[in-house]
Amino acid sequence: MNYDHILIRYGELALKGKNQKFFIRTLRSNVQQALSDYKGLSIKGQRDHMYILLNGEDPYPIIERCKDIFGIQSFSMAMKVNNDEESIKDGTLEAIKKEEGQTFKVTCKRPNKEFPKSSQEMNRLLGGHILRNTEGWEVDVHQPDAAIRVEIRHDATYITSGRTEGKGGLPVGSTGKSLLMMSGGIDSPVAGYLTMKRGVKLEAIHFHSPPFTSERAKQKVEDLAQTLTKFGGDVTVHYVPFTELQQKIFKNVPEYYGMTVMRRVMMRVSEQLAKQHNILSLATGESLGQVASQTMESMNAINEVTNYPIIRPLVAMDKNEIINIAKEIDTYDISIRPYEDCCTIFVPKQPKTRPKREKILELEASVDFTQEINEAVDQVETVVYKNNANQKQDSFDDLL
Amino acid sequence: MIYLDNSATTKPYDEVVDTFQKVATTYFANPSSIHALGGEVEALLTKSKEQIASLLEIKPHEVIYTSGGTESNNLAIKGTAHGYQNRGNHLITSKVEHPSVLETFRYLETQGYSVTYLSVDESGHISLEELKESITDQTILVSLMHVNNEIGTIQPIEQVADLLADYPKTVFHVDHVQGFGKLSLPYHHPHLDLVTISGHKIHGLKGSGCLIKKDHIHLTPLQHGGGQEHGVRPGTENIASAVSFAKAMRIAKENEKSYQKLEPLRETLVDDLSKYDNVKINSPRNGASHILNFSVQNFKPEVLIHALKEEGVIVSTKSACSSKDNEVSHVLEACGLSDVSASSAIRVSLTTEQTIEEVQSFLQAFQNVMNKYEKIMGS
Repeated sequence: MNYDHILIRYGELALKGKNQKFFIRTLRSNVQQALSDYKGLSIKGQRDHMYILLNGEDPYPIIERCKDIFGIQSFSMAMKVNNDEESIKDGTLEAIKKEEGQTFKVTCKRPNKEFPKSSQEMNRLLGGHILRNTEGWEVDVHQPDAAIRVEIRHDATYITSGRTEGKGGLPVGSTGKSLLMMSGGIDSPVAGYLTMKRGVKLEAIHFHSPPFTSERAKQKVEDLAQTLTKFGGDVTVHYVPFTELQQKIFKNVPEYYGMTVMRRVMMRVSEQLAKQHNILSLATGESLGQVASQTMESMNAINEVTNYPIIRPLVAMDKNEIINIAKEIDTYDISIRPYEDCCTIFVPKQPKTRPKREKILELEASVDFTQEINEAVDQVETVVYKNNANQKQDSFDDLL
Repeated sequence: MIYLDNSATTKPYDEVVDTFQKVATTYFANPSSIHALGGEVEALLTKSKEQIASLLEIKPHEVIYTSGGTESNNLAIKGTAHGYQNRGNHLITSKVEHPSVLETFRYLETQGYSVTYLSVDESGHISLEELKESITDQTILVSLMHVNNEIGTIQPIEQVADLLADYPKTVFHVDHVQGFGKLSLPYHHPHLDLVTISGHKIHGLKGSGCLIKKDHIHLTPLQHGGGQEHGVRPGTENIASAVSFAKAMRIAKENEKSYQKLEPLRETLVDDLSKYDNVKINSPRNGASHILNFSVQNFKPEVLIHALKEEGVIVSTKSACSSKDNEVSHVLEACGLSDVSASSAIRVSLTTEQTIEEVQSFLQAFQNVMNKYEKIMGS
């Protein structure tokens, strides 16, 4: 008998109450989408665990891909046997034969309390069965070379060994949508990733100001969005033409307040777009104190224009922590490509780190951005990036 | 014509040449340019590295494109020697390396480094014990070839990498030129730091290749310039060469399975050649299936090669890179062969697509040549 299943354990999901079914359904459909090119698989979601029936597919690339899906606590290779002592004994023996080493332990769990023997009794029984029927194996309950887990559940018993940790979190799509303000730098994609971790379906907004910003800055955003799809399926990006607004701001507002006002205008555009798409929150990569626009005073002054909740997953993180995550999720190398984006162009030599609200209101009173904001929102170009890691439809394919 | 000199070079695949031509004419922009055309080229370059990375289970930025085996070996060895000279000045290699490795070490000896050249046994294998004994607290580099280009000996690369786990100051470089596409390595091994791969040995184009350089390794570049290839190998990227090389690697990797079909071919060669009293097989029994080295006593190898050419078969003497000088093979000498055998060696080297019919034709041609000239040559 071979490992023919991958057993997926839920994290927090298992604690959910009446809406648990919805969470599990969402996870199942995310898993299904990520593995859509494996035709032979069947995926079953149950109350306390999910399993992928392999039907002969190689499990390792499948586990690799599932590692990126939020809502999964851990995986194990599993074989499914009947809920009777003999079958469990046979299965456990098969499992140890696939292992290498000298020491082992058997850990039995019995969510199905109707099973006549207790977990402790089963541990001894199965351990003894292995010792009698193999050579060279000894028991070590502290640091075994091979740890065999036996989970006696209601539908069947699952025998597993090894355990790969998943990313945890909640299944993407289970907690709503958020609009991520994405410049192309290091922080915003990490913020997007962490927002997705809490089950949020991501849409992003990017401001581009040709010819002040390069087409290649936009390309960065495309690549970042594409990279993020592996964590949560489709990512929609709204590209906002920002040239006119940006020019108007810097013509009418003193240089040192330009950045603050620009951020306020971006917030207003974002909120308006969110409203249009029934998105209930904004998300940003702001980290307290990192740059001039992220001081307490700036946040206060910028935040004033919206009463939408703003998700700031990085607010308490150090730059190094952010960079580490960026490297881990493969966005770092894209983010550091050296092109001007909406945040780096028109940076005043001395931006206000402590802007005053009153002063801003005074400045903005003499210039009205409403019309340009409406126009910008009307001219948004929307692109949906699909998780096609598994489809590889690329114009370069015939070259490579 | 039957071409059995694939360890010298291979015929490029048509697909590889097509790719080269298409990329050279379509994606000619400079990937460092900020316009969109440059962006497209950069994306292609990135994609090609991603493909190599997924073949080898490494990271895309660990692929450094070079002009081929010699450059990769030079970059790896000199780059490590100079980059880590504050750690020590002792280097280790073996006596049977390719000239692009050996000569680099000889050069470094003139620059104040001390080099240990590991000896090999009669089958061409280094000894792990000798390696271990040679390592000092000054040792910054061990450089070994995977498959020997003259006789096909397979060095125990994985064991060496495991061994070097105990020596975190020592960088490990592997010249994988004759191994890639035939015998795989555990590329993701944490102590396999630098790996040389050449394009033209795997049906790619001359002037293409790469050095795999793991994240944690910092090399002093051989040349300085505009920071391309993470500053390790600056110079405007030869995009057509890079992409065609990535393609050759993919095809070679796909063909790796057919490598095991060469085993019976090699056996046929060994069995048949062993019938001749004056033929001595120099390759080790457990060597790589695609390289067979043998000596024909009292038969000048040049004469044999020209005679075989007339029969329509191409083979070579030792390695093409050192076959012009008339000395004995340093590899065979290191294996302890007599001068006579070491200077009369012939190498037959196969590609994964070779057929048994081709091997039989070679054997027939060999027999014809022997019949015709043995009386004149043999004494």
